[in-house]
Amino acid sequence: MPSTAPRMRPGPKAASPSKKTVMFAPDIILAAVLNGLMTGSVYALIALGLTLVYGVLHIINFAHGATLTAAMFAVYVAQTMLAIDPYVALVPITLLFFVLGYGVQRFVIGPASHGEDRNILLVTLGLSIVIENAMLSIFRSDTRSIDVPYAFESIDLGFTFLALPRVAAFGVALLVALLLGLLLTTTDTGRAIRAVAKEKTGAALAGIDVAHIYAVTFGLGAACVAIAACLLMPTFYVTPRAGNAFVLVAFTIVVLGGMGSIPGALLGALFIGVVESLCGLFFGESLGQIGIFLIFILVLLVKPTGLFGARA
Amino acid sequence: MLSVASVTKRFGGLVAVDSASLAVAPGSITGLIGPNGAGKTTLFTLIAGFEQPSSGTIVFDGTDITALPAHRRAERGIARTFQIVQPFAGLSVVENIAVGAYLRHPRRADAQAKARSVADFLGLNGMLDQSAAALTVAGRKRLELARALATEPTLLLLDEVLAGLNPSEIRDMLPVIRQIRDRGVAILMVEHVMQAVMSLCEHIHVLAQGKMIAQGKPAEIASHPAVIEAYLGQGAAKRLQAAPSGGAHA
Amino acid sequence: MIRAYGPALALIGLAALVPFAVSANTVLNFIVFALIIALAAQGWNLLGGLAGQFSFGHAAFFGTGAYAAALLQTRYGVNAWVAFALGIVLAAAIGWVIGFLSFRSGLRGSYFALVTLAFAEVLRILANASAFTGGAAGTLVKLDVRPENFQFVSRAAFVWIAVALVGAVLLMTIAIMRARFGAWLTAVRENEDAARALGVDTLAVKLKAITLSAAITGAAGALYVQYFLYLDAGIAYGPWISIEALIAPIIGGIGTAFGPVLGAVALHVFGEAAKLVAGGVPGIDLVLYGLLLVATIAFAPDGLMGLLMRLGRRKTKEAR
Repeated sequence: MPSTAPRMRPGPKAASPSKKTVMFAPDIILAAVLNGLMTGSVYALIALGLTLVYGVLHIINFAHGATLTAAMFAVYVAQTMLAIDPYVALVPITLLFFVLGYGVQRFVIGPASHGEDRNILLVTLGLSIVIENAMLSIFRSDTRSIDVPYAFESIDLGFTFLALPRVAAFGVALLVALLLGLLLTTTDTGRAIRAVAKEKTGAALAGIDVAHIYAVTFGLGAACVAIAACLLMPTFYVTPRAGNAFVLVAFTIVVLGGMGSIPGALLGALFIGVVESLCGLFFGESLGQIGIFLIFILVLLVKPTGLFGARA
Repeated sequence: MLSVASVTKRFGGLVAVDSASLAVAPGSITGLIGPNGAGKTTLFTLIAGFEQPSSGTIVFDGTDITALPAHRRAERGIARTFQIVQPFAGLSVVENIAVGAYLRHPRRADAQAKARSVADFLGLNGMLDQSAAALTVAGRKRLELARALATEPTLLLLDEVLAGLNPSEIRDMLPVIRQIRDRGVAILMVEHVMQAVMSLCEHIHVLAQGKMIAQGKPAEIASHPAVIEAYLGQGAAKRLQAAPSGGAHA
Repeated sequence: MIRAYGPALALIGLAALVPFAVSANTVLNFIVFALIIALAAQGWNLLGGLAGQFSFGHAAFFGTGAYAAALLQTRYGVNAWVAFALGIVLAAAIGWVIGFLSFRSGLRGSYFALVTLAFAEVLRILANASAFTGGAAGTLVKLDVRPENFQFVSRAAFVWIAVALVGAVLLMTIAIMRARFGAWLTAVRENEDAARALGVDTLAVKLKAITLSAAITGAAGALYVQYFLYLDAGIAYGPWISIEALIAPIIGGIGTAFGPVLGAVALHVFGEAAKLVAGGVPGIDLVLYGLLLVATIAFAPDGLMGLLMRLGRRKTKEAR
């Protein structure tokens, strides 16, 4: 499914060190760390959706990447055809994807999988194939990006420049994570989600509509990637496979932070963002790509068995 | 033939089994009883090799098997049933039993023949080609037993084979368990149905809060003060002595 | 014996006759390609269908078989037939290593799917970046049409070789399903704990399954490169083959001997039909495959084989 690892377009005047440079000034490293944190915040949103669905349904949603791709194309269409700015489109697109996610879980994944984990796995894979290739059929494999007037605005920190859209992404991502946390801890729906995550039979006996909660969770997962798509598009491009690369990174983050853990996903995402940024700085891009996969496989294999596979 | 010596199992800070010892003599039926959460199933899991004890040793037929994985213990002659029956749902009854029979009979025809004879013994012969998923609770319990027996064990660990059965089904099952013993298979059983334990077992061990608190013949256990206290709470033994009628209900 | 193997032998015999009836190159091309997919799917089915371990990265085995067969010829001058055999061996070795690492760590379900997918991706990126494999430009096997080079003038020869391989695996699968190993595979799929209690060494069974599975899918890769004489990282280790190897058995009938073959042929007939209807729209065949996958799981969990069996049963009932 994935093709190329995601690469944000670097900030306008971000230092692009030549391969010959052996030593890096602290300023450059600090700039790389800041850039990594900003990339990580978008990863965090994607990872949050993944970990939330895993925590409640105990299944990895293999359609997560395709959902992100679809959301990115939605942003693209909104901007190029309807002239709606990504940041304005954020609210309607997020709502749209919540509804789509809800509907897909409630009316497709749920009924089609007959309650078997194995089937959910295959159905989400099937959906990812459908969505990804439908995007390919509609938009072809061209790389598409949008033009926004503020794409090259930046903030001068003295030692480096930070691209404004990426700073905005950082802020919005953290805000969304905070809101999601509040939703889960303070609202009735949030409490119901946590109850279903812990013990779905008990929750059902207590009168919670499990199918509805599953669908809400799926909707929230889709909403998370929709927000991520709106934050990404001003500085990134979209292809029919763009989402998968992000999601593979998100898988790594979620596995690293502990499947189903929201703080784990947040911290893991920032960590991976920084690691990726520094690896890119020190080793060049293609090796940084491999690094993510190796961390991923290593974490999957080395982490004690007990944490894995008990439900899956 | 089986001797468990001071076995302890900790899960994090929780001590599920605390230095428990027990022995099973060849050709005997030994009971393991205790209140809920006493650690009986954990001890079973340790004997069958599904978990490793934190300390202590398990010796079977003169060899230390503490470090052996479950499938190697099955090869040596220890079979177990599960409290929650675990049929291979996609397979028929006879195929389920054959999985056990393959352990000693690598050839299909031999394994199938063995499976049929075990099914016959357990009264499953009328439903050989039924799907295991379609069996009643009593049928599944028998299938669980049949599969274990098909491995031709010398020690059979029964984890609540009577749970979930109605009184008449229990009455049908008791002679089956005796017959297994009469064929030379030693049995260690965890059971909640007290009457059954009292009538089947020659020797009983009592586990409470992970510790062995008593052992002996059924009659001794029934009147053992520590056992009565464990089941009925502090001071129960004294109250019962005042009005002696309890006994076998303990 | 005749009841167990008869239908398979009849099918193999019929398939072997096809080149006498059909001579159009496009049709023969289609048959060879569908059979290569069938072979890859048969490999997946052994691990996913019989042992219940769903791999999302069988490209790792297909690609290793293909690259090994190609590079041994182009870089080391190894005879094509020997390279073909060594490709299978290397694919099996990769299968064993991935199996050892992931099954030892107790990975199953989603996690096993995820880790196999990641292994395939790592191999794809490495093959795409490395000069040894020809990098992004890919590897060409030199055109030298001689039987000792595993290259033939007539496409019929390839049809027969593909039929022989698919047929051999079909018979082997039936034999496995009737033997102890098959019973153990099913036991592992249905309930690992119960299997262990009955003396089944579940780790060894799963390792044997993934090694054999990888060898079969590796053979499909090696045959692919021998037929098309060209390979790049996207073909060898790309997600397309992982997906096809998985969808074909599920659509055909997961865990059955004929399912992968039936599924692969049906899938490609559908795919060709879709291309005819939709013209050159890219991805339209895969959209259809994905929809078929979801629909099969929703409405026909036993796949085409299940439908055929139900049809057969109804016929016999009516006959009575």
